[in-house]
Amino acid sequence: MDEQVILPDMTGAYEAVLPDEAATRALGRALAGLVEPGDLIALWGDLGMGKSVLARALIQEAQRLAGGQVEDVPSPTFTLVQTYEAGGLSLAHFDLYRIGAPEEIYELGLDEALETGAALIEWPGRLEDLLPEERLDILIEERDKERAARLKGPARLIEGVRAALRQKRPAGEK
Amino acid sequence: MTLSRDMIVLGLETSCDETAAAIVRRRADGTGELLANQILSQMDHAAYGGVVPELAARAHVTHLDALITAALSEAKLDFTDLDGIAATAGPGLIGGVLVGLMTAKGLAFAHGLPLIGVNHLEGHALTARLTDEAPFPYLLLLVSGGHCQLLIVEGVGRYERLGATIDDAVGEAFDKTAKMMGLGYPGGPAVEKAAASGNADRFALPRPLTGREGCDFSFSGLKTAVRKALLDLEEVGPQDKADLAASFQKAVGDILARQTGKALEMAGARLGPAPRLVVAGGVAANRYLRTRLEALCQERGAQLIVPPPKLCTDNGAMIAWAGAERLALGLSDPLDLAARARWPLTDLAAS
Repeated sequence: MDEQVILPDMTGAYEAVLPDEAATRALGRALAGLVEPGDLIALWGDLGMGKSVLARALIQEAQRLAGGQVEDVPSPTFTLVQTYEAGGLSLAHFDLYRIGAPEEIYELGLDEALETGAALIEWPGRLEDLLPEERLDILIEERDKERAARLKGPARLIEGVRAALRQKRPAGEK
Repeated sequence: MTLSRDMIVLGLETSCDETAAAIVRRRADGTGELLANQILSQMDHAAYGGVVPELAARAHVTHLDALITAALSEAKLDFTDLDGIAATAGPGLIGGVLVGLMTAKGLAFAHGLPLIGVNHLEGHALTARLTDEAPFPYLLLLVSGGHCQLLIVEGVGRYERLGATIDDAVGEAFDKTAKMMGLGYPGGPAVEKAAASGNADRFALPRPLTGREGCDFSFSGLKTAVRKALLDLEEVGPQDKADLAASFQKAVGDILARQTGKALEMAGARLGPAPRLVVAGGVAANRYLRTRLEALCQERGAQLIVPPPKLCTDNGAMIAWAGAERLALGLSDPLDLAARARWPLTDLAAS
């Protein structure tokens, strides 16, 4: 129902089944303890698949872990980017749904964001060739009404997520 | 200090998609007059789902000077007639905000005029005083593409937030719903049009945060429910779309009416014996939602005030007006004022 975008090659990706929104949030929280400055997380998936839910859970859990104030994380669709602080780590939440040309990312400051912190990008396909190679791709899809996320990228993040999610099952969400 | 004379202020707005310059006169008695209102929307020739050309600061740079010249010419004024230069100093896309703020600083310095950095949300919050002479205090429902908030407006710079969206803004929910149904852009009018011939009771859609305390909003789950409803249909015909649009619009109406009703209760006596509800933001143009809020106000004995649509969406007049209101209180800003990407209205009290 959305325009076709070129999706990343997910061969050999780690897959996490997401039966409900709580599972999407659990995935976001698992990542919160793992992200470091320079990490780029590209969130792929159609409208309404839970990309913002995942990003919100990650940002708020990172703030919770840092012992600071947990802020609202509204959708950045209109503002294009929102920046949050979690302890010493800054987290930039991008939504590139509305950008016109990949070059606009220069003005939005992705490079600067990655120098000092981590970045989450919704609609990363808009960047075309300007999407940095070094990244964690997360593709959320629905197949036969079952939702699943496939993750591919740095082993540190993948293994960390795998371990965190294994630990939490089968109790599910905290 | 209150300056008891007329104030003529130029206002610049560049914090999001619109590039705008406007001039207002604020009379000593607090009433106002719009002298010029120039606006260029970067969305004019673009579809939401497609491409927004030159969304970034560059486009503001290209057009702002010409808009300022056009505004002065429309008002038949010169810089020497002005009492101040106002510009949005945040919140918004930082590159865009900087263009307007730097331009305002340059003009203020060159012409020896005070600079007023305006919070974009304060612009929306005070517009009803320009258009409808709304006296303080009032409850403000700000519903636009990027915002969804309920605030008590007690005076210039005095705002208390009662609730806000925890995920998507209302306008965004309309746009994304329209996009999922292939109704086109802009989503608000497209959904409203489709809904007119639809059965609002056909689809059972959620009203997120029902039963929760406070007046926060959530629209993300509603968007997901629309998506599910579409997937559940074998084929999606025009009547299905109309019914889904109507069901969606009704759900939004229920949510807005319920939370605004709660806010009226929470504000209680602070709104005085004859409470006023001001609705601002582009979503205020939706007639169905307006009817729902009218019904709510009638039921609660409140007065509904909705500024005209062109002053509800982003514009320069609201920035000029907020600047004039601040200037009338003797408030202005130094030339080293910083632009702010994030700037909640509730932070204004300190300034």
